[in-house]
Formats: sequence, C-alpha cells, structure tokens
Amino acid sequence: MALRELSSLEKYLGLKKPNKYSTQGDKKVPVLQSNNGAPVAGLVTIACHLVKQAQRPELLGDSAESRAVVQQWLEYRVARLDVCTKDDIKITLKDLNLYLQDKVYLAGNQFTLADIFMYYGIHPLIVDLAVQEKEKYVNVTRWFDHVQHYPGVRHHLPLVVVLRNRVYTSGHH
Amino acid sequence: MKLFASEGNPHCLKALAALEVTGVQCDVQYVNHEERVVPFLSRPALPALLLPNGLYLFSSNAICRYLFEVSGQESSDLCSQWLEWEATDLQPAVLRALHVAVLQGKGAEVSKALQGPLNYLDQSLSKRTTPYLTAESVSVADVVLWSALYPALSASSLAVDVPKSVQAWFDRVAAIQGCQAAAQKVLQGKGLQGMKNYMQRQPAPQSSQCRDTLSHNSSPTECDEGERVVSEEEMEAAALTWSKGLDSCPVATERQHPILPQEGKRNILLTSALPYVNNVPHLGNIIGCVLSADVFSRYGRLRGWNLLFICGTDEYGTATENKAREEGLTPQQICDKYHAVHASIYKWFQIDFDFFGRTTTKKQTEIAQDIFWRLHKRDFLVEDTVEQLRCESCQRFLADRFVEGICPFCNYPEARGDQCDKCGRLINAVELREPQCKVCRQTPVIRSSKHLFLDLPKLEGQLDEWLDKSTGSGDWTANAKQITRSWLRDGLKPRCITRDLKWGTPVPHPDFAEKVFYVWFDAPIGYLSITANYTDQWEKWWKNPQQVELYNFMAKDNVPFHSVVFPCSLLGAQDNYTLVNHLVATEYLNYEDTKFSKSRGVGVFGDMAQDTGIPSDVWRFYLLYLRPEGQDSAFSWADMALKNNSELLNNLGNFINRAGMFVSKFFDGCVPVMELQQEDKRLLAQVGWELRQYIQLMDKVKIRDALKHILNISRHGNQYIQVNEPWKNIKGGDSERQRASTVTGLSVNIACLLSVMLQPYMPAVSQTIRKQLNAPESCINTMLQGTGTFVCALTAGHRIGTVSPLFQKLEADQIEALKKRFGGQQPEDEPPKKKTQATSQNTASAKPAAAPAPVAVAETAAVNGADPERARQLTQAVAEQGDKVRTLKAQKAEKAVITAEVAMLLDLKKQLALAEGKSPEPTPQKGKKK
Repeated sequence: MALRELSSLEKYLGLKKPNKYSTQGDKKVPVLQSNNGAPVAGLVTIACHLVKQAQRPELLGDSAESRAVVQQWLEYRVARLDVCTKDDIKITLKDLNLYLQDKVYLAGNQFTLADIFMYYGIHPLIVDLAVQEKEKYVNVTRWFDHVQHYPGVRHHLPLVVVLRNRVYTSGHH
Repeated sequence: MKLFASEGNPHCLKALAALEVTGVQCDVQYVNHEERVVPFLSRPALPALLLPNGLYLFSSNAICRYLFEVSGQESSDLCSQWLEWEATDLQPAVLRALHVAVLQGKGAEVSKALQGPLNYLDQSLSKRTTPYLTAESVSVADVVLWSALYPALSASSLAVDVPKSVQAWFDRVAAIQGCQAAAQKVLQGKGLQGMKNYMQRQPAPQSSQCRDTLSHNSSPTECDEGERVVSEEEMEAAALTWSKGLDSCPVATERQHPILPQEGKRNILLTSALPYVNNVPHLGNIIGCVLSADVFSRYGRLRGWNLLFICGTDEYGTATENKAREEGLTPQQICDKYHAVHASIYKWFQIDFDFFGRTTTKKQTEIAQDIFWRLHKRDFLVEDTVEQLRCESCQRFLADRFVEGICPFCNYPEARGDQCDKCGRLINAVELREPQCKVCRQTPVIRSSKHLFLDLPKLEGQLDEWLDKSTGSGDWTANAKQITRSWLRDGLKPRCITRDLKWGTPVPHPDFAEKVFYVWFDAPIGYLSITANYTDQWEKWWKNPQQVELYNFMAKDNVPFHSVVFPCSLLGAQDNYTLVNHLVATEYLNYEDTKFSKSRGVGVFGDMAQDTGIPSDVWRFYLLYLRPEGQDSAFSWADMALKNNSELLNNLGNFINRAGMFVSKFFDGCVPVMELQQEDKRLLAQVGWELRQYIQLMDKVKIRDALKHILNISRHGNQYIQVNEPWKNIKGGDSERQRASTVTGLSVNIACLLSVMLQPYMPAVSQTIRKQLNAPESCINTMLQGTGTFVCALTAGHRIGTVSPLFQKLEADQIEALKKRFGGQQPEDEPPKKKTQATSQNTASAKPAAAPAPVAVAETAAVNGADPERARQLTQAVAEQGDKVRTLKAQKAEKAVITAEVAMLLDLKKQLALAEGKSPEPTPQKGKKK
C-alpha cells in the first residue's frame, strides 16, 4: 500500500526515474534506496524527501507555521489514522470535519503534501461511508472530493462518488 | 505563542525539553488533563501549541520540530526519519509499557515491551560514528526520543534492560542543560507515580497495531488475499476431481416453454423491477434490475434450477399521459412505441427473459380487480377525502406532475407539484404558491375528491411476522432490510390506491368510477399479469409458496413497494400468494461523478450503447464489474477503457488466447497428454478454490464479488504459463516437451472452465470460447454442480477449433471522443428542461471538440447560434432579474407585479439558453407569459 502511494506521488511530482524501494520489518515500512547517500525509511520521510528532490518545497508549506501544520497531519496520518480502530473512525471524521470547516485544504488555502497523504490514508474510510454519512461529514467530503480531483493525485485509488446535491436535507421529509 | 501542558503527561516532556534546549520564548500554561484546548478535537490533546497565526499544533513531535525550526535548526531527512519512527513505533511501545507499569503494576514486563524499539535504536547507534542520533550536535530527534524514553528508562524500579550504546546516548542527552529541568517540571520528581493520574485517563493501548479490520479497496479485482496457502490434501482432492472427467454428467436440456414448477426441483421465480415505459433506460436502470437479474437467471439455469425469469414494461400512470401529450400521441401509442424501444435495448444487451410483457393488458385488469375486491371484502380498504388541485379549463384533477408553482420553502418559481428541483424538498401540490396547470397555464382550484386507502396499519402485524420469516431465511441485501426496517419503525399509514386519472386500470367499485388504481398498487401486480400472459397456469407460480422461491431484483428506491406495500396487498387478499423470499436491491450507479440525467443529456442511455461500437459483452462486463453492490459506484469512460484493456484484454483474453494458441501451434490443434506434477496439482487446487468461492458468492447473488474470482483464475493461469514457459520447453528434450504438454493441456482446460463461469456475464464471449475450443456442451453443467467441480473436460487427443483474439483494445482517443459525446447535451427527443444548473457543463461539451465531435451536437450549436458574449450578458441579466423578483416577493408586492417580473425572468432565461446554444423549452402550449 505504502509503495503504491509513493509511486503515485512520484507520478504526481513528475519524477522521471522511478525510485527503488524495499520494505523493512513486520509492518513493511518502506525504504528508499538511493545511490548517493544513505537509505531513507518511513512513508512520510520518503514522501518529504521526494518533494524536495522534485524541488516543490511549497508542498511542504511556505512558512514555518504551515510547515509545522503539514508535518503534524503527515504524522497524524501514519501514527493515528493508519491504526485507528473501528470505534475511532467516527471521532476521527468528526474532528476532521470540524477542523476543515473553515479551510479549503489541511494547511489552509494551500494544497500540500498533507492533503495528498491524508487523502490516501482516509480513502478506505470514505469508501465505506453511506450517502448520509458523507453528508454528515460534509467538510471532509468536500475536501476529499477536491483532493481526489486535484490533477494527478488520485492514481492508484478508485474514485469515490460524492453527490453534489444533498439527498437528505435536514428537518424535512 | 503559547504552549499548553499538563503535569504528569509524558508527551509534554518533549515539548518542554525542546523549549529549554532551543531557548525559544514562549508562554507555558499548565492546565489539567481533561482540558480541551484544541477546539476541533473531541478528545483532550496535550501538549498543544497555539501558533502566532491562531492555529493549534496538537502533535508533540510537530511542536518540537517547529520550535527547532524557528530557532534556526531545520530538520534533516534523518531527523524526520527518527521522528516518524518515534511516532509510529516507539510511541505505541512506550505507552504500552507505561500502561502495564503504572496502572497494572507489572514493572517486569516493561523490558519486554520496549525490547524491539531499543534493539532497533541500538543497531542504528552502533553503526554511527557521531555522538548523537543525526549529527555531532544535538538535534530535534535526540530531544524527542530521549523525552519519549525518559519516563521508563529513568525509573530505577523498572530496571529496563538497556543496550549499552543506547544507554551511552541516553546519558549524553540527559546531560544537556534543559533536559533534566524539563523532566523535573513534568514529572515533579515523582517518577512513575507522577503519571498515574494522566495514564488513568487514557484509553488502553491497542495490543496489535494494524487496520486489519478495514478493507483497503473495494474494487473487485484488487486482490487482497495475497497468496493463499494450498495444503497437500487440497491438492490431492483437486487432482481426484479433475480425473473424473465429463462422463457421468447429464447433457444440458433445452428450455421448454411454458416453464412450470416441478416436483423435487428448486423452482425459482425471478422478477426484475418493471421499467417505466415512457423513457429510454439508462445504464443505471440496466445494471440495477434487468442485467443483474439476467446474470442470476443464467447462472441458475447453469446450476440446473427450474427457473422462470419475467419482466415487462410498466405502462400506466401520469407520466405516460404527459409524454403522450408532449408527443401528440395517445397513451397507448406511446406505450407501444416505447415498449418496442425497451425490448430492443434489452435484446441488444442479451437479456434472456423467458417472457417480456407489459402491464396494459386484459389480464392486468382481471387480476388487479380481483385483488382489489378481495381486499375490499376483507375490510382492508378505507375511504377518505383528499384535497386536490383541479383545472377547470382542462376539466380534470391535476396529478402532481401537472402542476407548477412557487416553492413554499425556497421560493423557486418553477417547483413541480411533488418536489422542488431547486431545494429538493418534497411538496404537497396544494401547498404550492401560485399553482399553474402545466397544460393550459390556468390557475387550478382546490377540490376534494373521495379515495380508497389500503389499510396498512391493520396489516402490520401479519407483515411483521412474514418479514421476520422471509428476511431470516432468504437472501435480502443489507440495504433492502434496512430500508424496510426504517419504514416499519416510522409506523405504517393508510396508503391511497386510487387516482383521478384516465390512463390506468379502472377501479371496479361503482362509487369510484372514473378513477384508476395508483401505479404503486397496480404495477407490482404486473408481475402476476405478465406471467398470466405467458402461461394460463400462472397460478402454479404465484399461488404456490410451498414450491416456489421468489427473487425480486431492483434498485434500492423500489424496495418499500416490494417489501412492505405489495406484500400487504397480497397478504390482505388472502389467496395463498407467493411472496418474495429474496429481495436483491442495488445502490445507485452514477455517471462520471454526477447523476444520469435524461433532461440534461448526461450519461449513456440504453439505445446509445450500441452506437459506441463497443460490444454488448464488454458493456455487460463493465457494468457488472461496477455493479453498485453495497455502495454507490460510478461509471467512467476512462475506467471502462482501463478495465477493458487490463482485465479483459491483458488478463482474461490473453490467457485464453495463449492456451488455445499453444495447442494449435505446438500440438497441431490436439490437446496433448497431461502428467500432473505437484505444481500442476497446486494450480488445480487454486482454481478449484476460486471456483468454489464463485459458486458460494453467486448463490448469494454477490454478482460483482463473484466476478473477481473469474479474473483471479486467469491471473493464476497467466502466472502458471509465465513460470513454465511452454514455448521454450517445446523445443527441449523429452521431459521438457512433456512439461510443455502438461502445461498447455491444463491451461486450455482452465480456459474451458472460464468459458462456463463467464456464461452469465458475457454470454457471447463464453459461446465463442467454447466454439474455439470445440468444447462439449456437457462441460457447462458439469463444472457448476454442487460446490463446483473442475474436471478435465478437454482430454488428450481432443481437437480444438480455430483460435482468435476475443477482445479489442479501447484506444484513448476513442474513449475521449465517447466521453465528449455523452458528457452533456445531446440531440434527443426530450430537450433540456432545466436551464440554470446544467449550463456550464453543457456549454463546455457543446463547443466543437478537438476530437471528431458528434455531428448532431455541433449542429445544435450551429442552429441555435451559441454566443458566449451574449450568454455572459444574459447570465448577468438573469441574476439581476432574479434578485429583483426575490426583493419584490420579500416586500410582499402585488401579485400582478411579481407575475410580470417572473415572466420577464423566464424570458431572459430562455434567451440565455438560446445564447448558450441549447434549444429552449419545447412545450408548444407555453403560455407562461400572462
């Protein structure tokens, strides 16, 4: 899974030569083998490395504050989202929904690596949502739909259908 | 900038240490553990850093990283790597360790819990020559890891087994000024006990870390099982089955009409929701009912079930009357015309009905009236008066769709009598403001009319009892059960079964002459009357619940009528009717992210599929691959091309073609002798397993999931050929040649099995494969017996036919052209109704495209003279006029004034539509401007 995300990222960044990866440990942590320098391990670390390699620093945030926010969500992705249990899903979505209420992207108005990897990570949760739930977490859904349609991001994942018009308007039957 | 922390919280140690080490100026506020500092998180999260821009950071690592960055030390890749490892590996281990030590008092287990991460750290440190983790000087990685480990490693009571190099590094960091100070602040010198209060408030850490419970991907081919381990026993059993051959099997019998239930057989009556006649069905309609039902009925016949598959067009009702008026025909002419359209579309899609009938027949009247009288005699019908709109100039009551007016909720001026297109709310026609008759534009009056209602509350008890039994023993899809439950939970109300219309089954009761049955009461009776038109002995199917199992296929919007309302009619009629045993409902299929819309010309409709040049079987395959089973799915051209090229062409087609070609080229068209080795038996076992899964899923009507196993088999096959390289072995010595024989023989037999499994999905391709392989017909029934038997159907010496490729590549430009063609407006007999929302999409596709755009679309644009400049001006004008109307309404201006302004608005919209190259409203009697 992680390797597919990285290869999608490579495509998004337009890196010419695909990199070589291996995995380590039971959890199959991805490792990037590079011919100049030490190997780099960990999904987030490799992703940031690739972004720098592609000279797209804006994807990591354009100020110290936004860089911190980007890193926080990247960490959230691997340390929380990837291990969230069934019971946690609702809370995760609820929190994210509240967070995204006044934001276009995770780091505000700017599209960053955090959006890409949170999107990859949350995809399996969104796929399982019923229409009602998608409407309940409307900010998450909106953000998700933005990101999945962001040129060149989706690659290995199937499109999740998001209805633009609400089916379940509240308070009226 | 402000840091929020709590005492005794080990995470806060990191942030405080980073503050001390970097010397960044920042207020620190201590709060208690429960304080919800970060506004968007439901659970308290500390430490939290309030940034100068008002945002909160709630991850301690991100906070540390930020503090180091503002003090001028950016994190290197190596730092990031350590921080990520800390978050995903060390952190969970430390929390588990602290949990057992602090709360369970099992200090001895801490060493074990930390062993893995400590060893990893040890290995990395011993390889390095620098004193710190990443460099000669201390970095954010050192501070974070040290802080994480400090609570456990500093507690002498735990006596954690620490590798030497780790201990040396740990001591080195501890000596840095600030680290100890931070530790003192957080733990207050109380060691582990200082954290007790905090730990008690945390959820117990999970023992295993993995989101195993969540599936990563729901598309059917992304195979998640990986390599299944095949046991020796399985391999031997598979080889034994294989050796049985076709001998003992009965030859398939031709279908003999009329099909009637037979003693001792599994008798299955299968219906697909009756498509409404007045429209051309779109792909969503096709996959939702007829195609799904067709696949299952084909499968059932292969399984040897005695099965009758019926369907037909639902022809009565308002919509047909409406359409007839639009096209200037009688309702009967409309029905005849569109019934033929439906029939030809389904024929093209190879829907193999035993009978495709219609509801406007004498039998329908007989049976519907019989059920009506039975309900009436048993007192299940009640009378009530209903207020309705009546148009005096047209001399009739107006059905919901014949009324337009201002939406009482959002003031949209063109709301329909049943629903507002703008706000989507359901409307009671009498609530519409300023209602107008859609035909003559006169204002209708409210009149009361007497109607009959089916007394559902009276039948609720019986219904409940029956539902428990049926949903308990049958295969009801989850959505069907859920929709039914929610209907019952809300409580049943009497439901009106009569209407003031002409086009319908007449109500036979003299007090209700001039009225007809409401379609929802009438239409499901169509199943019975259509069967009656198929055979006079229809009651053997429909009044025979002991012998017959009934399957209903539909899209989910149809569920309540099949699970609640119609069963109530039949239960109330008390005539031993066959009620549904298995209710199979699909979710919705969307088109490229939006809805299919006839009026906007969005999507592919049944009659156009054949004009695309893509074969019917490929359409079937892709629709079934997408079948909205369990969740909505979306049709996409690009995906269709991808699936055709990757699954059909490169996987399935490639395997079957290679297997056949090897027989032709290397063995003169005769299946060679096979001597099974372990590897071959393993493949037999794998294929046998996939076949069994396929049968299990199909028995439960999991049509899309079952398809995955067909594709898995050809994947196994391709791999097998790739590994065994028969094209090389054939040129080798005797043993190599023997190997090539076995591999080829086995492969071509798998191809034969695939042709059988594919039959329900792609009947034409299935037939072609068997013809190419010259396969005996008896193989069809043999393979799908019982739980599935993969036998050697093509034995050594069998001569196959001529092999040729089964599928063609769909090229990108071809798909792009199709996408353009079906993306928006298209020339159709029903021009666009809605003007406002759809415009941007439509104009985009109406522009002549780079690819050869369909002529008709270009013509529409040319005739209407699309003019973007004028369109822009008009859009502006429409917006202004809209505002004006709204203001007037808000001020409660005089009705005549508002009406005039609304008319002007409508006129502007019409001009806008023209300027955008769309045809304006079609209605000839358009007397909107009074």
